[in-house]
Amino acid sequence: MELKENPQLLLAQNLVAALEDNDETKADEILDQISGMRESVLFQEVGRLTRQLHDAMNSFSLDSKMVELTSKDIPDAKERLHYVIAMTEQAANQTMAVIESLTPISQELSDQANELSNKWDRFLAKDMPFEEFKNMSQEITVHFTQTKERVASVQGGLTDILMAQSFQDITGQIIRRVIDLVQEMEHSMVELVRLSGGKMKTGATEDDTELELPGPVVPGVNDKANDMATSQDDVDDLLSSLGF
Amino acid sequence: MKILVVDDFSTMRRIVRNLLRDLGFTNTFEADDGKTALPMLQGGNYDFLVTDWNMPGMTGIDLLKAVRADPKLVNLPVLMVTAEAKREQIILAAQTGVNGYVIKPFTAGTLKEKIEKIFERIDKA
Repeated sequence: MELKENPQLLLAQNLVAALEDNDETKADEILDQISGMRESVLFQEVGRLTRQLHDAMNSFSLDSKMVELTSKDIPDAKERLHYVIAMTEQAANQTMAVIESLTPISQELSDQANELSNKWDRFLAKDMPFEEFKNMSQEITVHFTQTKERVASVQGGLTDILMAQSFQDITGQIIRRVIDLVQEMEHSMVELVRLSGGKMKTGATEDDTELELPGPVVPGVNDKANDMATSQDDVDDLLSSLGF
Repeated sequence: MKILVVDDFSTMRRIVRNLLRDLGFTNTFEADDGKTALPMLQGGNYDFLVTDWNMPGMTGIDLLKAVRADPKLVNLPVLMVTAEAKREQIILAAQTGVNGYVIKPFTAGTLKEKIEKIFERIDKA
């Protein structure tokens, strides 16, 4: 009774029978039938896999997020990272320029103070002729004037160094965004692996994680549309137009 | 004058506090987002708030909204110092009741000018 349900077993039994009967023609015929059956199962399976792969690739390329990632976000990320390099370089140069200009000033101040202090010690030890004392008094007056000026320029330089450190905030914000993008890429790659693994996921992409805050203006990335204030003057103009 | 500086980047808080010190304001405190800042403001008798916009937890604009909604803080002068430069955002901040808006990167001179302007206007009123 089971024989009817299993054509392969039936064929095999017929084959044994034919061989026992020495009926080669019939045996060959049955063998062809058996291998034909195998092939058609194989073809069906290949067909099924092809269709699945095709569907998977289709749904994947239709994923707009992937298109946006490759066509827009990755070039943007490159621009952003270039901007980070430019900003860090600028900050380093700004800082070093200030140090290079202030070092000789501080050296000069220190030399002057040392010289005057030596003279002052000699004066206190009553080891200074009056003529020299008169010169020293003048030198001290000059020293005070110069010190005021130079300390002012040192303080200005320190403020410049302080301001140069603001790159850390801006570049930090930009790099965070690039990290988000890399995570999104990773997610898409995992999705690709999953889809090509054969388990189709139907339905749309996950919720849009578009950042609502555009963050620092990166030249060449988000200053193209004319909706960003690119300088403090822009901000001031806009605010004054609002009655500020 | 008691001032609260709110920014999620500690370097920026330090920069702003140093600049404020140069301007003669030494009584300054820090918070790293709106969530930490709001209770400090509510219980701390602050005279001035300097805040960033984009921060985790509670953003600067939400902090500003909360400040303006609190009868005790409604008149607190607020200066926004942020990298957010979209026109819509600046307008939103103005409508929410910000007193000044400085975009990063900024100069020491700009910060000084905006702070002075805010206090000038308050003195006049």
